[in-house]
Amino acid sequence: MSHTVEALHHDDGSAVKEIWKVTGILSLLTIVELVLGFVMMRVDDASLRLSIKGGIVILMIAKAFYIVGYFMHLKHELKNLIMTIVVPLALFIWFITAFLYEGNSYKNLRNRYDPYKKAQTEIKVHKSEEVKEIKASGE
Amino acid sequence: MSTVTATAAPTKLWGGGKSPFNVEYGKLMMWYFLMSDAFTFGAFLISYGTIRFSSNGWPNPNEVFKSFPFAPEGVHAPLVFVSIMTFILIISSVTMVLAVHAGKQMDKNAVVRNLILTIIGGIAFLSCQAWEWNHLHSEGAWWGANPFLNADGTQSSTNFTNYFFTITGFHGFHVFSGVVINIIMLIMTLLDKFEKRGHYLMIEKAGLYWHFVDLVWVFVFTCFYLI
Repeated sequence: MSHTVEALHHDDGSAVKEIWKVTGILSLLTIVELVLGFVMMRVDDASLRLSIKGGIVILMIAKAFYIVGYFMHLKHELKNLIMTIVVPLALFIWFITAFLYEGNSYKNLRNRYDPYKKAQTEIKVHKSEEVKEIKASGE
Repeated sequence: MSTVTATAAPTKLWGGGKSPFNVEYGKLMMWYFLMSDAFTFGAFLISYGTIRFSSNGWPNPNEVFKSFPFAPEGVHAPLVFVSIMTFILIISSVTMVLAVHAGKQMDKNAVVRNLILTIIGGIAFLSCQAWEWNHLHSEGAWWGANPFLNADGTQSSTNFTNYFFTITGFHGFHVFSGVVINIIMLIMTLLDKFEKRGHYLMIEKAGLYWHFVDLVWVFVFTCFYLI
């Protein structure tokens, strides 16, 4: 196991080089995320918007990997330590899947069995008129 | 014979007398604290996602977060201000790594320099957030008050503002405590506490916390401003 321990202390130059490399990657990923965000403003198609959102989430996870792996140095720790941190966090896969499914299911059931509520959420509000009304009633 | 030596080496790691994780006790506990904190933030964000998935409409973040300091009223600059906040936090994370690295080299001046830069970055981020909160509040948004309409023009519930202020507030509080921790680290460095101890492991622990704050912002930024 001595080789692993030695790998934790790499020499000065390469460590600083790695920091700047990761900084570049994080900045690049953020810029791509922002570009996708700006592209999404001009897209009206629902399924295309959803796939752009999926792309943004993948980039977000990549950024998280670089921050935890290199800035927090977890990638250079022993495998035991990595596993004791990462394995419990795998619960998130189930949490996210279950809760988002549940939320979506609740929406569909309510829309089906509570038509009044559904109609209420479909009323368009004209903001400028609403403001005028409030002002008028105030006077 | 070779298999015997291969299995003998890892057992030595768990043979007692030293940390099987090859890290100091405090650093390991910091990792476990951050893991529990990740579950707290995860619970907040998943709750937000669940409510959003159960709603028929939701405000368009590009219509809500479109302002910029000192810009004329009614300017439409979505994502611009929040991307500046994101880069401030990324850069302050980089200076923190450099401080941790300098600590490993026992380079006190570099530690002090990079810690000061990190603290400035943290204060800059908090100032940006204070401006944004103040601006949204002046538009009528607060806990229990949502002046924004859904993207499809229907009436929005207060869920949007409640979640926004709670989660960015909780994150902002983490940034604030991170800045306080970094200031304490700076004072301890200036008082030569770590020089006397012979190591800068404390800076590494503070660094882990600071990177975690940056990590959470990656998720908050994506969930509230981009998606």
